[in-house]
Amino acid sequence: MRSTKIKHNFVFQSTFNMDSKDYLKDITEIKNIMNRSSRFISLSGLSGILAGIYALIGAAVAYYLVLNNDREQLILGSTIFNYILIDLFFVAFFSIVTAIIITTRKAKKNGENFWDTSSKRLLINFLIPLVTGAVYILIKLSSHHHGLTGSLMLIFYGLALVNASKYTIGYIRYLGITEIILGLICAMLPGYGFWFWVAGFGFLHIIYGALMFYKYER
Amino acid sequence: MKNIIDNINKAFDHRIRLGIMSILMVNEYADFKMLKEMLGVTDGNLASHVKALEKEEYIRIEKQFIERKPNTRYSVTKNGKVAFEKHIEALEKLIKK
Repeated sequence: MRSTKIKHNFVFQSTFNMDSKDYLKDITEIKNIMNRSSRFISLSGLSGILAGIYALIGAAVAYYLVLNNDREQLILGSTIFNYILIDLFFVAFFSIVTAIIITTRKAKKNGENFWDTSSKRLLINFLIPLVTGAVYILIKLSSHHHGLTGSLMLIFYGLALVNASKYTIGYIRYLGITEIILGLICAMLPGYGFWFWVAGFGFLHIIYGALMFYKYER
Repeated sequence: MKNIIDNINKAFDHRIRLGIMSILMVNEYADFKMLKEMLGVTDGNLASHVKALEKEEYIRIEKQFIERKPNTRYSVTKNGKVAFEKHIEALEKLIKK
């Protein structure tokens, strides 16, 4: 009697273990297919952390530049303004290059194409709000409305992320929404644009990147 | 325990259907060719699983012509999204047990 019960128990346990192994296989398969059919998950994590660090370095450079400049005003066409534009350009450039290098390396390792339908769709949908924002900000700057630049950058970048998030799973959408909220708060607090920029482009990227790294890439 | 098992959705309890859903969750749409290439299955096999998911109203099928060639697009429905998320959640809980 006792032995049949034990036997029964054993059979139950072993079938359960087999099942849970299957479930694990299912989850791995889902993650694998999602990764292969949409590139953005692998674009996240590490490149997010690095983009955040570049933004912080860029912000420190800009802060130093403005601090050591008491003669000139921060307006379009001034030397200091051009320096800051160059600084911004480098931050964006290095962030994009890093993202591309990390993603291509990962794609190669998995034997895939970096440039496929899903990455094209993602990029186009990301760029539409972003380029709109960039052009808008430049138009405003050329008419000497530079007060809300930090807020506008955050808002348009957030919108770009939300728009691109249709092609991803995970938290890109929430990162975008957070950037938008930050941008709106920033619009209410004139004079703190720089610090909101640091929070949105620096710290948020690092936090987001670390979360993604922890969840998907460990 | 029983609760979690209940959340395991029978409609997704197959490798190919799991694959179809995984692709459609992260892509706005996919055509037959893309699904076939990603999953490495035969036409007939894929068609029958697509039909099963459509019957449950988890995916939607749109037929159209691209340069006079018929093209079929698949996308996930709201129901499908919710059901699949629940399914993944249940799987994850079972693994953690």
